[in-house]
Amino acid sequence: MDFIMTTYSKDQIFNLLSEIPDPEIPVINIIDLGILRDVKFENNLCTIVITPTYTGCPAMKVIEDDIRCKLKEIGIENIKVELVFSPAWTTDWISEEAKEKLRAYGIAPPDHSTVDKKVLLGKARELKCPLCGSIHTEMISQFGSTACKALYRCLDCKEPFDYFKCL
Amino acid sequence: MNIQEAKFEYLLRLGDSSLIIGHRLSEWCGHGPILEEDIALINIALDFVGNATSILAYAGQTEGNGRDEDALAYLRSEREFRNLLITEQPNGDYANTIARQFLFDTYMFFLYEELKNSKDETLAAIAVKSHKEITYHLRHTTEWMYRLGDGTAESHERLQNGLNDLWMFTPEMFDMDEVDALLIKEGIVPDLNKVKASWEKRVKEVIAEATLKLPETTFKQKGSREGKHSEHLGFLLAEMQYVHRSFPDSKW
Repeated sequence: MDFIMTTYSKDQIFNLLSEIPDPEIPVINIIDLGILRDVKFENNLCTIVITPTYTGCPAMKVIEDDIRCKLKEIGIENIKVELVFSPAWTTDWISEEAKEKLRAYGIAPPDHSTVDKKVLLGKARELKCPLCGSIHTEMISQFGSTACKALYRCLDCKEPFDYFKCL
Repeated sequence: MNIQEAKFEYLLRLGDSSLIIGHRLSEWCGHGPILEEDIALINIALDFVGNATSILAYAGQTEGNGRDEDALAYLRSEREFRNLLITEQPNGDYANTIARQFLFDTYMFFLYEELKNSKDETLAAIAVKSHKEITYHLRHTTEWMYRLGDGTAESHERLQNGLNDLWMFTPEMFDMDEVDALLIKEGIVPDLNKVKASWEKRVKEVIAEATLKLPETTFKQKGSREGKHSEHLGFLLAEMQYVHRSFPDSKW
């Protein structure tokens, strides 16, 4: 196993793992989401450091399995997946590019976190419909199809859409 | 009692409360009053169970006897659980659930705000993570307090009954014993009197805004710290632990 691992660089592993999509939102990958934090090689062991998004997120297990499968494809089997809680994952780690991918997919991307927090205990935020661009939108529920998303509806084009909640 | 033992005990208290209330909320799955609320409650339940997983995993590591989060969740019986009594109270009707969640969510919000400053890095990290989620729970529950309290005569009455029935379980949330004393000295956990002051203020504000009355019960129901639970916990655990205990070594 030794000789296989030393032929791969950290960048190459990152590139490889960028092929792993979020199980719920296939247009973005785990690098886009800022879930993958580090890759370490030490003594024949490849350690993958990830930070979980929501504490109860069921997709994290799937992502962990996908990481193992991907690495096994290139011959790396001695893997340890390390979960690191600090610094805490935040939607601020989602790249601008990834936010555009979300919008194109029909999911309103998260606002910048400081804006959202003020709004959390105060008045409703103004969210643009990812389908028609109108700001005439209203929240149906703080909790949508998954723990990370809220459910909104557009009052102009009448379509419902998910909002990736700011965390 | 040494620091490690105190920490283990404290982590059980935190983890068990999240686990039990998470389980209670999951009982609403498929039975919510409307689809959006069904989804909301089970998402919140998921957050709580996720929090319990992190905390109980850390508790197991702290104990150092090889018990992981599953062993702690599924193989202990009622007398060994340390969840607050309020968390095991049955769901009842929707208003009752909202009352219970509101009282507990407000507590969690202020408690975890303090735990973010814990000198124990792992606990602080989990707290930072969970506090963000708790903030969403609290917003949700508070909105329903207003909607039901300041709603129809029926919703108002049901919510008032819920608050009245659950009030006696709230003083226990702020009790401290030698476990707390030891850990407060080390800067690992907060003084709950501080949490209590914030909790009382917020609860009073929301109850007033929701046109409800502050319950007048002075009776204090306690005992969870010693494993003395209401009769409800036994039935809850029987359901929750059944599959694991039936197929102890299963993996999927």
